Amino acid sequence: MSMPLLEMREISKGFPGVQALKNVNFSLSKGEIVCLLGENGAGKSTLMKVLTGVYPEYEGTVSLNGETIRFRNTRDAFEKGVSIVFQEFNLCPNLSAMENLFLGNENRSLPGFISYGATRKKAVEAFRKLRMEIDPDALVKDLGVAQQQMIEIAKALSHDTKILVMDEPTAVLTELEAKNLFDLMRELKAQGMAIVFISHKLNEVLAITDRVVCLRDGENSGEACTREIGENDLVSMMVGREIDRFYSKRAGQASSEVVLDVRNLTGRPMTRNVSFKLHKGEIVGLAGLIGAGRTELARLLIGAEKVTDGEIWLHGEKVSITHPKHAVARKIAYVSEDRKKYGLVLPMTVRENTTLAVHSRVSNWAGFISGSKERTLTKDFIERLRIKVPHAEEVVNNLSGGNQQKVVLAKWLAIAPDVLILDEPTRGIDVGAKAEVHRIIADLADSGVAILVISSELPEILHVSDRVLVMHEGRMTADIPRSEANEETIMRAAVA
Amino acid sequence: MTKSIDSTGRAGRNFLLDLLKQKEMGVFLALVAIVAFLVCKTDSFASKDNLFAVSRQIAYVAIVALGIFFVIVTSGIDLSVGSLVCLSGVICALVLQGGHHPLLAVLAGLLTGAVAGAINGLLVSYVGVTSFIVTLGMLSVAKGAVLVLTHGDSVRGSTEQFSTFLDFGKRTFLDGRLSMPVVVLLVLAVICYIVLRYTVFGRRLFAVGGNEQATELSGINVRGIKFFSFVIASVASSIVGILYIFQYNSAQSSAGEGMEMDAIAAAVIGGTSLLGGQGSVVGILIGAIMMGVIRNGLVLMKVDAYWQKSIIGAIIVLAAVIDILRSKRK
Repeated sequence: MSMPLLEMREISKGFPGVQALKNVNFSLSKGEIVCLLGENGAGKSTLMKVLTGVYPEYEGTVSLNGETIRFRNTRDAFEKGVSIVFQEFNLCPNLSAMENLFLGNENRSLPGFISYGATRKKAVEAFRKLRMEIDPDALVKDLGVAQQQMIEIAKALSHDTKILVMDEPTAVLTELEAKNLFDLMRELKAQGMAIVFISHKLNEVLAITDRVVCLRDGENSGEACTREIGENDLVSMMVGREIDRFYSKRAGQASSEVVLDVRNLTGRPMTRNVSFKLHKGEIVGLAGLIGAGRTELARLLIGAEKVTDGEIWLHGEKVSITHPKHAVARKIAYVSEDRKKYGLVLPMTVRENTTLAVHSRVSNWAGFISGSKERTLTKDFIERLRIKVPHAEEVVNNLSGGNQQKVVLAKWLAIAPDVLILDEPTRGIDVGAKAEVHRIIADLADSGVAILVISSELPEILHVSDRVLVMHEGRMTADIPRSEANEETIMRAAVA
Repeated sequence: MTKSIDSTGRAGRNFLLDLLKQKEMGVFLALVAIVAFLVCKTDSFASKDNLFAVSRQIAYVAIVALGIFFVIVTSGIDLSVGSLVCLSGVICALVLQGGHHPLLAVLAGLLTGAVAGAINGLLVSYVGVTSFIVTLGMLSVAKGAVLVLTHGDSVRGSTEQFSTFLDFGKRTFLDGRLSMPVVVLLVLAVICYIVLRYTVFGRRLFAVGGNEQATELSGINVRGIKFFSFVIASVASSIVGILYIFQYNSAQSSAGEGMEMDAIAAAVIGGTSLLGGQGSVVGILIGAIMMGVIRNGLVLMKVDAYWQKSIIGAIIVLAAVIDILRSKRK
């Protein structure tokens, strides 16, 4: 066997509070398409950031053509033939296609002056190579997603590229566009380029790649030739034996007492005529594709968006909720999907974040906060949720994702909620913390809280829910009891 | 229970060490160095008269800075404070001049600030205009109102009430070492410290500046918090406007000019983040003292008056640069 083009050996990379990569090995040969597989947070992105020079500090060795190398930055990696097309495009929407293509590498006539003639000519040539018809003068904001992606790819290939990393390139594409992309990838492969393909769509992985390398919790968890395996093998590589521990059944049973009753709710920006009930002690999963309007529904329920029609009944009483403070007063808690943006005050301490929604409970009539009440409350939650912090005065910005999520949970549990809405409660936290969050959710339901879990991970929905609701384009399209809920029934409702 | 959870981190094992780690410590040490330098190099810096005058000047800036801090900590800005110093003073003086009771005059001065601040707060919080624009407009409106009322003159006192008022304000304390403004500053600083550190309102101010959306979603009335921060900033300006009359025996139509810059600078030098959520009363005081001492030092060192402005400006930017470098290193 010939020497691999790229060899990454024993790569380790840690961040404060989390070890993202542990002795990971990864190699790549000329003319090979390799899938890097793994769940969210498995370490795929970190590994690729090491490869492309985003993280110049790491342990282990990277060698290119047998020569040990350490990229100082992305520019350095790019010049030595390693390019990456990110999931989110790095284009300037207000500039034209050709201007974006040569951004940072402009075709100059006189020093400091851009030659538009040469730029246009080269751009047309580059796009033709990719069999893509893009008007070089069109503004990027006016182009479709697939065309924008092609500009990114053209940019990535504008140097003597040997290795191309594509991070979930098909996530935003239609089926036809994806097919065109695969044709292009095969062509590049035939020209001898090595491609790293990151995707969660298993059928695509099987269709386009030669080899699969799987990561789990920052470690290698499997490797196989694509020809020899099927979808089930991919799943077990990704999830491993964890699956048993995940799918533990809950002891408690939901009662018949209705806590939240939403009737024909319509509101900005996209919720249309949504009705559903939540029972005491029940965990209801809310599934749907990204953009189906689940977060918007949650924000409507807590008064963060405006209700235009319909009713919300709580404990058999019609309520009006027009500001989050009304939701808090009614004991409706919403743990948002983006904890840094909507959940935490990052420069504040664990204590200050924990008590943010219960100031009235930790203060006296004159508005003075009682430090001892705050500390007692915080200490309780640190122990109950097993938040790993040196002390309650730690600034939350310094905590790991899992612990930050627990602090947000603590803030909302502090109001002693009757209704708890969890939006992607385990996004971006490691598997261990995930299981703990699931345990906490189950315990809360057992103690009588009505819980709505919004999640884009179907296994999570299926794991935690007593019942599954499905949304599509702002409407509720299905209400599936646990016995009938599976990936197929949910997905069918999510797309129709 | 583990020991680490039990310790609050603030309950210092070593009080002195904790003190040294405070964010304000760097500026404080720089201030000590400058004061030491001035005491050694000039004869007059440590004199009773000079300290009296310097401390009074510092008090004006510090009171305005304390007020503006309430706005800055919520990540807003208030550029109208200087103009409101002037307008409030003029209104107060006019009421005295009209022969009304001094208390009524003081109340009128404070009310001027409260109303202007309420307008600022209303437009920023409830209408949603950026605070920079709203308060820039208020700066001009208030200044214009002063010119309409005074025609550019100062408002001098001839009534009995005016004299009573001045007699009260010219009182000194500690054997003539402390002026009225300094005493007022000390009282206000203690109140601000307590409000910011121990009350729900204070906590929420920092929360709004740290993450407005998360705070709102936590059921907190963010608009109300921001509204009151502008009222507080303006009322602090009014207090300074009234104190100015004591010093000049009149309300000057040029009083408070450029004061917003000094106040913002004092805050920034004292470690306040213009992005909101960070800063302290102690820092503000240190920042204001720093500004006052440097200004005074430049005069005493006989630095060319034309250069002084540039030097002050450079120091403000330098303080901001140091702050950025320090936070980046973290």
